Amino acid sequence: MISLFLRDLRLAMRAGGGALIGVLFFMTVVAVVPFAVGPDLNLLSRIGPAILWIGALLASLLGLDRLFQAEREDGSLDLMLMQEAPLVLTVLVKCLAHWTATGLPLVIAAPLLGLFMNMSEVAIGATMLTLLVGTPAITFIGAAGAAVVVTLPRGGLLVSILVLPLAIPVLIFGVSAAYAAVQDPLRFCRPCSSCWPLRCSSPSSAP
Amino acid sequence: MPIRLRVEGLSAKRGEDLIFHDISFVLAAGEALIVTGPNGSGKSTLLRVLAGLLAAESGTVRLDDTAVDFGHPRELCHYLGHCNAMKRELTVAENLSFWKSFMGDSPGGSGIGIEEATEALGLGGISHLPFGYLSAGQQRRMAMAKLLVAHRPVWLLDEPTAALDAAADRMFAGLVERHLAAGGIAVAATHQPLGVDARELRMTGFAGVAA
Repeated sequence: MISLFLRDLRLAMRAGGGALIGVLFFMTVVAVVPFAVGPDLNLLSRIGPAILWIGALLASLLGLDRLFQAEREDGSLDLMLMQEAPLVLTVLVKCLAHWTATGLPLVIAAPLLGLFMNMSEVAIGATMLTLLVGTPAITFIGAAGAAVVVTLPRGGLLVSILVLPLAIPVLIFGVSAAYAAVQDPLRFCRPCSSCWPLRCSSPSSAP
Repeated sequence: MPIRLRVEGLSAKRGEDLIFHDISFVLAAGEALIVTGPNGSGKSTLLRVLAGLLAAESGTVRLDDTAVDFGHPRELCHYLGHCNAMKRELTVAENLSFWKSFMGDSPGGSGIGIEEATEALGLGGISHLPFGYLSAGQQRRMAMAKLLVAHRPVWLLDEPTAALDAAADRMFAGLVERHLAAGGIAVAATHQPLGVDARELRMTGFAGVAA
């Protein structure tokens, strides 16, 4: 299973793997917001966590359709299905590798983009933390969508449409946790911990 | 007790149509079965049912082997389909070492090393190249190296020698013969003669099946 994790990471880094496409998209979306909203620093810092979360949500949906489709096209999926290792574990490892390659860079890029949005240190830290907790949940929920469209040739948009409604709770809890951290640090834990069950229950339903 | 592949009354559907029905055969260790027939007669479907990738409409596929405890017959099978199941972006060695460690060995044997396997297919020394750089025939041969790096007693081969030249054809026949001599079982769907002593199952498509 470690070999599957390493292989998927390697594939994501190689040409056409698309590990950095998500981060670039994330940066583009967040970077254009100040231009559109205008130089109102108070407004920017107020909407900052929400914009970061929307950008991260859309960016993490970007490469999801290839999660199983690429394996199916070259026949690898057949061999994976035949192995003794439980399928749940294989899917889980593939999701973890996908998150490490596409989700983790988003979390790491978030502080830099937080500066674009004139966010305070506390807000940046809170947003980063909620993204760290929330993006795996998006990947796990997205895996179910990716599995549904595995046979469709142009499934990318369909995955987003299928997954987006299911990922809305993650977005709501993530953004409200980030805001709670800024306004009242004691209330931070509640919405943040609400992300956990979402994240933990999603792998079991994915296959 | 040596391994035995027992197929009883197998039939399969694709969509609404019955592709074949009531296929039965028993293969003992060291025996091979060649599945022949025109395009669309259900050769690939039969192999996919044997590999557990398609559900059978009726009938059973069983592997009798009292020495080994396993969940499903497919866990003891290699399946070489139309696709090579190798990533173009990774090197041949990375591809093979992934499959070697991901598949592991079935009980009762062990796979050979990656360099040895590529040597056995006559392609030693180019395993550092990305898989996508190789020609179609070389890619096919590298995909066959998967059969060697992880031990499985049953080989299910779907058109294994398409895209191969005559010399590679003979070499592959040699590999299958060695596998059979070691007590393995092979089921191959093919148009060309494989060059291996084997029983033949002729698929005749929708009209029925003559064994």
